[in-house]
Amino acid sequence: MSGPGPDAPRPSTELDCRDLPCPRPIIELAKALPSVAVGELLAVVARDPAARHDVPAWCRMRGQEYVGEDRAADGAPRYVVRRLS
Amino acid sequence: MGRTRVEDVTRAPEVYLDAASAQRLHPAARDTLLAALERGYADPRRLHGAGRDARLLLDNARAVVAECLGAQPDEVGFTASGTDAVHRGLLGLTTASGRDGIVHSAVEHSSVLHAVAWRPSPAHAGIGVDADGRVDLAALAAAARRPGVGAVALQAANQEVGTLQPVDEADLPAGVPLLVDAAAAVGHAPLPARWDALAASAHKWGGPAGVGVLVVRRGTRWTNPFPGDDGLDAIGGFPDVPGALAAAAALRETIAEQERTAARTFALVDRIRAAAAALPDTEVVGDPVRRLPHLVTFSCLYVGGDEIVAALARRGFAVASGSACTASTLEPSHVLAAMGALTHGNVRVSVGRETTVEDVDAFCAALTEEVHRIRAEAGL
Repeated sequence: MSGPGPDAPRPSTELDCRDLPCPRPIIELAKALPSVAVGELLAVVARDPAARHDVPAWCRMRGQEYVGEDRAADGAPRYVVRRLS
Repeated sequence: MGRTRVEDVTRAPEVYLDAASAQRLHPAARDTLLAALERGYADPRRLHGAGRDARLLLDNARAVVAECLGAQPDEVGFTASGTDAVHRGLLGLTTASGRDGIVHSAVEHSSVLHAVAWRPSPAHAGIGVDADGRVDLAALAAAARRPGVGAVALQAANQEVGTLQPVDEADLPAGVPLLVDAAAAVGHAPLPARWDALAASAHKWGGPAGVGVLVVRRGTRWTNPFPGDDGLDAIGGFPDVPGALAAAAALRETIAEQERTAARTFALVDRIRAAAAALPDTEVVGDPVRRLPHLVTFSCLYVGGDEIVAALARRGFAVASGSACTASTLEPSHVLAAMGALTHGNVRVSVGRETTVEDVDAFCAALTEEVHRIRAEAGL
């Protein structure tokens, strides 16, 4: 899976959902979306294995852009989303 | 010493909507099972009277199953389960070929994936599927031609989303046998015409649990991959003769009723598909038309799979889920993941021959209420 890349802009908001079970990371993502401007990035850090599939699926269902997966400073998986609407 | 007691499980009547996990025993199977327990207890390999009785019943079971599946009686073996049939079938093909590589769709039943993992090979290949769960035939054909491939495994239909696989359209090279896992399809949908080995499971068509079926076509190179004698007659040890005969009786009745039942269950599932599709932020997964008649899967955003299954159970509806929180492994369904579908909030509903329109409409109403309630409680 491709990550956002080294030159990608930093997400303006990062949600710490490290220890939340599914579907809580997706719920937090949905709640936080209005807090970032259209075109801005939003990241969610989640260890739950479902998040790897469900963040892209959420983007597809809600018409947002899935940018990719990278790692938080502590190595936890981080999923980056761009608000499109 | 206390006697083992069967717990009293009296509870409110439940609408059973998990027929794809296991069907209630078909009435024809119940009568046959009781009669066969009386007559079919002996070792069918013995030459005495009781042994000959058991042999007669076992041969009868093989003949009936063979006829129902479009095979010859000596091509049919009974195994301990559908999983056991897949393991023995698939590993028996690769053992006989001397090539361990298995090419399979990414959405095969876990029994296939476990057999693949059990004997590692650089030639193993899991082939991707489209958004409906249908295998990529071009990639399958290319992978099957790589060196080291001993068998191809492709399901007749998917056990979670119901999509029928285009088995008869697969372009496979000569000398690479095909195992079709037909466990989800037998008794529900027409089977592919072309296969070298086929696996099925009796409890999915209304036979007893503990009876799997492995069919290996004459002329196919197959050898028992596990300890014991070769051949299909007593695969895995002393056969469950009454179970096999009851499974055969249920299969014969189910096949005779199949078209009528399928027309009815297809329409019932269409009602559930429509109700699920009408829920906001809900994705109905799998092919809407080229599918098993009796099951549907959908996923609801912001809803926990365990939450919705428990909520529906409290309302009196028994359903399954492929969400991680409902799985023993705590991993989401590999089928949903391979399709790129939402894995949380997943519900699989499957109807049986007893399910009524009233059951389905009551379920759809309860589903709508519970999904709205759970989302409201999550603050959405």
